[in-house]
Amino acid sequence: MTTSSPNQTRSRLRRIAPSPPLIALLLAIGLFFLGGVIRPGFVNVNQAVNILRLASLLGIVAAGQTLVIISGGEGIDLSVGSVVTLGAILTFRFSNGSNWLLIVGLVVALLAGALVGLVNGVGIVGLRIPPLVMTLGMAGVVEGIVLVVTQGAVQGGTPPLLAGLISSNVLGIPGSAYLWAGVAVGMWLLLERSTYGKHLFAIGVNRQTARLSGVRVPRVVLITYTLSGMLAALGGFCLLGFTQRVFLSLGVPYLFPSIAAVVVGGTVLAGGKGSYWGTMAGALVLTLINSLLTAMQLSEAYQLMVLGTTLVVLISIYGRQRGVRQ
Amino acid sequence: MWQRFLRKNPYLFALLLLVVLIAINVNLQSNFFSLRAINGNFRVLLPLMLLAVGQSIVIIGGGIDLSVGAIVSLVNVILVTRISPESGLLGVILAILLGCASGMLAGAVNGVCVALLRLQPIVTTYATSFIFSGLALLILPRPGGQLPRAMTRFYRSTPLNIPVAVYVIIVLLLIWGLVRGSRYGQYLFATGSQADAAYTTGIPVLRVKFASYVVAGLFSALAALALTLGIGSGNARIGDAMTLESIVAVVLGGTRLRGGQGGVAGAIIGVAILGIIRNLISFADVPTWYQTLVNASIIVLALAGPGAWQLVARQFGKQRQLRRPA
Repeated sequence: MTTSSPNQTRSRLRRIAPSPPLIALLLAIGLFFLGGVIRPGFVNVNQAVNILRLASLLGIVAAGQTLVIISGGEGIDLSVGSVVTLGAILTFRFSNGSNWLLIVGLVVALLAGALVGLVNGVGIVGLRIPPLVMTLGMAGVVEGIVLVVTQGAVQGGTPPLLAGLISSNVLGIPGSAYLWAGVAVGMWLLLERSTYGKHLFAIGVNRQTARLSGVRVPRVVLITYTLSGMLAALGGFCLLGFTQRVFLSLGVPYLFPSIAAVVVGGTVLAGGKGSYWGTMAGALVLTLINSLLTAMQLSEAYQLMVLGTTLVVLISIYGRQRGVRQ
Repeated sequence: MWQRFLRKNPYLFALLLLVVLIAINVNLQSNFFSLRAINGNFRVLLPLMLLAVGQSIVIIGGGIDLSVGAIVSLVNVILVTRISPESGLLGVILAILLGCASGMLAGAVNGVCVALLRLQPIVTTYATSFIFSGLALLILPRPGGQLPRAMTRFYRSTPLNIPVAVYVIIVLLLIWGLVRGSRYGQYLFATGSQADAAYTTGIPVLRVKFASYVVAGLFSALAALALTLGIGSGNARIGDAMTLESIVAVVLGGTRLRGGQGGVAGAIIGVAILGIIRNLISFADVPTWYQTLVNASIIVLALAGPGAWQLVARQFGKQRQLRRPA
């Protein structure tokens, strides 16, 4: 028998099919050169460096989102936008423009982010509030706290060290990209080389079976949301180095792109499957699409429509769910 | 028995909360029950109520729709650009029909993506929301427009001393009562609670899901109509903030985000709770900077309510079991 059954062909196809992160990465490179075709002058080193800088900010914010989404149970973190703002404002306030106090700002920001994440986790695990609305509610609470504390005017400053770290280029690569690489290594260790990572994937696939095989599900979920808050605050810290000023809606543009980056990178929203490499590639793709749209000088209306359509196409590459028939 | 009663009427907790909030509100605002105040409150809340009703249909069917706010904006600008202060009755009716058709078409786009292409609803409807926002911006780049006086006056009127909005709500609840018992209603709940099982019992799962998004589109259009009648002008961004509010309202009303359970009455109560909280804050003289925090905190507490209640109930159950002789 030389003819193979459809099942065998399908499994062979699956073996040939490249992984989602690779597809997203190829897509990013393709998009970059497409930009060169659409607008001559788009492809140059400066542009590439700039895109890498912007993508690293999104990538760091989306790291926590990746963990939360892998953890399953309808996991999603809608508080990252406000926590990014909070992290940036706290760094701004506590470092007060001094290089020596930068570390104080970082620690305060990370602690505050972790606290917000912890409260999210407690609400989700302890009080069984769906993650979507719990984190949405906390986003409002964080925004409210920021308003109360700052009363609209934030005193402080950006340490030159931080601004230099993010915006300067070392060996032609922006400083934020080095930070991003650090986060990536950390995420790899966390997901692939730690007990926590194994437990995270286990609870993402099936909480019941994970519990029965000895995983302390509530604890893993708590840690996951806490980490998400911390990573979002770290994103805010880095973002401050980029913008060098703070305002109340600073983190808002990072909220949904952080989810989209995770999904474009092949992490399944149902949980239990995914990688940070995918998210990184997804962040690159999304940043590229945005700069392409800007470079094409479309009006805002057309920009929105093109972005929406592209997102639908991207999601359909790997975001498809299992059909009811199988 | 009490537990079963609660499960059958998931909005009971929300109703209790609403009564408490109204009691507090009456203390702060003596004319709360005057026809004028009631009419004002209902007029402001009706658009979100209609939107939450559509959202709850999608959620019961196991999905979620993050594009409803964008559809509201789209239909709002369609209505405003098709109707001028000189429009006759026929023109107005045609414009309203066009608006409803556009809303259903937008819902159908979501339905095709989610039901037929099997894309993940959260990110997909988020992506399509860009397309609808872009279209809205294309139709009406700058806020503006005006409706005939008679239309806004009709929306303010109180036939038989009952606000128009109340009639709309009563009709909605009657229709829901019929639909819930009908075949489509049963199909919807079955699809939402377990799509696979529903499919094996011969329920047209895909069609039911598709229809739920079209219905949500129609309700978004109706919400846009109510909103347009209330404010009398158009803005391509007007619905943006309503999307997440509609989801919070649905959850407050006792509908599970996982699908397969809940109802329209809960969504309406949920919106009423959100409205009363806002009302309370403005009458309790909360300082401006604290308003967001107080608002968000009360919402989180309200979301935590049922979970906290269950936690306490479980503790009591355990104690009773311990006391009982073995």
